[in-house]
Amino acid sequence: MTISIRSVAKTFGRFPALNHVSLEIADGELLALLGPSGSGKTTLLRAIAGLEFPNEGQIFFGDQDMTYASAAARRVGFVFQQYALFRHMSVAKNIAFGLDVRKGRAKPSKAEIAAKVDELLGLVELSDLGKRYPNQLSGGQRQRVALARALAVDPSVLLLDEPFGALDATVRKSLRKEVRRIHDATGVTTIFVTHDQEEALELADRVAILKDGKIQQVGTPRQVHDEPADAFVAGFVGEANRIEGTVAAGRFSAGEVTIAAPDRPDGPAIAFVRPHQFVKGGAIPLAVRRATHQGPLVRIEGETASGLWLEAAFSRDQANGAGPGDAINLGIERAHIFSA
Amino acid sequence: MSDHPHRLAHEDAPWLKAVVLTVVAAFLVLVLLLPMAVVFVEALRKGLDPALEAIRTPDAQAAIKLTLITAAITVPFNAVFGVCAAWAVAKHRFPGKALLITLIDLPFSVSPVVAGLIYVLIFGAQGWFGEWLLDHDIKIIFALPGIVLATIFVTFPFVARELIPLMQEQGVDEEEAAVSMGASGLRTFWSVTAPNIRWGLLYGVLLCNARAMGEFGAVSVVSGHIRGLTNTMPLHIEILYNEYDFVGAFSVAALLCLLAVVTLVLKTLLEIAQPPSRRVGH
Repeated sequence: MTISIRSVAKTFGRFPALNHVSLEIADGELLALLGPSGSGKTTLLRAIAGLEFPNEGQIFFGDQDMTYASAAARRVGFVFQQYALFRHMSVAKNIAFGLDVRKGRAKPSKAEIAAKVDELLGLVELSDLGKRYPNQLSGGQRQRVALARALAVDPSVLLLDEPFGALDATVRKSLRKEVRRIHDATGVTTIFVTHDQEEALELADRVAILKDGKIQQVGTPRQVHDEPADAFVAGFVGEANRIEGTVAAGRFSAGEVTIAAPDRPDGPAIAFVRPHQFVKGGAIPLAVRRATHQGPLVRIEGETASGLWLEAAFSRDQANGAGPGDAINLGIERAHIFSA
Repeated sequence: MSDHPHRLAHEDAPWLKAVVLTVVAAFLVLVLLLPMAVVFVEALRKGLDPALEAIRTPDAQAAIKLTLITAAITVPFNAVFGVCAAWAVAKHRFPGKALLITLIDLPFSVSPVVAGLIYVLIFGAQGWFGEWLLDHDIKIIFALPGIVLATIFVTFPFVARELIPLMQEQGVDEEEAAVSMGASGLRTFWSVTAPNIRWGLLYGVLLCNARAMGEFGAVSVVSGHIRGLTNTMPLHIEILYNEYDFVGAFSVAALLCLLAVVTLVLKTLLEIAQPPSRRVGH
């Protein structure tokens, strides 16, 4: 199902949660809504689900205007941050709920429901746990049940609100792969909310970055990382050294750092340089303060004479054993410069 | 490890624990158990037969019946109201919510006698609607409706107060999940909300019932103390006591105590029988 969000605005009291957001989600796409807390990402997800209604704008499912349709009419699958499993129902009953509440002819037979539950338990690899109760499951297992329950209604779109937020790092990683696998197996259009950029970049086909109720950029993980649209995205997605300086006559300068900035207007500016965008043997002398080894990479942090603190990442060969107390020279291969 | 006594960090010294427990136990015996025992001892002072006789008198029977009828009307009413109020307060945002919470608590803060007087002022012969009620031959004060109204007022908060914290803690996630899967509002309530609050509701209903049967002040003002007609058990006890019929008074009091004890035993059994899902949380 294609989902089209057209200039949606939503305020809570006087607080604007969504500020005329427009976004197109293609059929079968896996899209991440990424942003810091308070950016409106969850509100947008809930507006798509029909749990929240916009003050302005429209939300289309395919060519149908669903802006004020009930959650039931939209047939969405929603996975809540804290799972929201029905605590007094078994896992199987939880998964069957969306089918059980159907009325009349729309309601499948008992055998059909049981078959669907079995199929979904298999899909999320919990086949033996149908009779358990939610409080007898681990966090990861609960999340899988929540996922199966959301998928039971054959949703037109699957919506996940911070789906991995409450899980520990290992479970989170394996569940991420799981969500990708289930998405690829079912082909259902999926939108998930996260504040974790690593999660968004790893999992999503496209990432929409929100800040203060506005979409800052929408693009593939590579685009938002390599071609940030503005200073916020450059700082929020991926790691970057944030260097405040000025642009004059097509050159950015701050202390020892100068970078060509041919298309930027004169005035105060901010340069973002990712740690791997430094090369050794340039014009910036750096006094190394720390060197940490992370697998094949060495992260070198240090200070320039003018007090700029820079962090660079090199392969072990390039780093060549540089450590605290050494002096090295850095060059900048690439940078993103935005007017401040 | 060592031979130090095993004690958790937050636990106090054994002697302190013993002192505190003794004080609490002594207080409970003195203030609760002893008076309760006195009720039964006084009732049975002349043997079981006079005690049973006192309960069997027509006036006592009428009082018991009236008390049970009052509770039978009051408790369901306040259970339904309590669930509605708790549901509104805990699961919804709306203007005037703080005012509603204050109103729910009002009966706890107002003296029951004042509550009774309010109804007399509204429905009594000299009250606002007194003349109109007289003209239409409707009796509220000094009759069952007045007693029920006063009891409803006094026992108003029990169910709501029990449910509001429980429902607030449970949040609206499960309800939203049900709605997102296509459940109607009513279906969501019966399938999701009600099962989650059933133990708290029972608990609130039992407390409400205990108070409904025992209420004295408010009922005393509106009842008119007509023997065999508008006397509830607590009022009947007072009358007997004032007439120096101690065996009679304490016998009816003992019966009222037994009703309360049964309520508390039921409550305890319910707590033990509770499924782990609520005790552990989720």
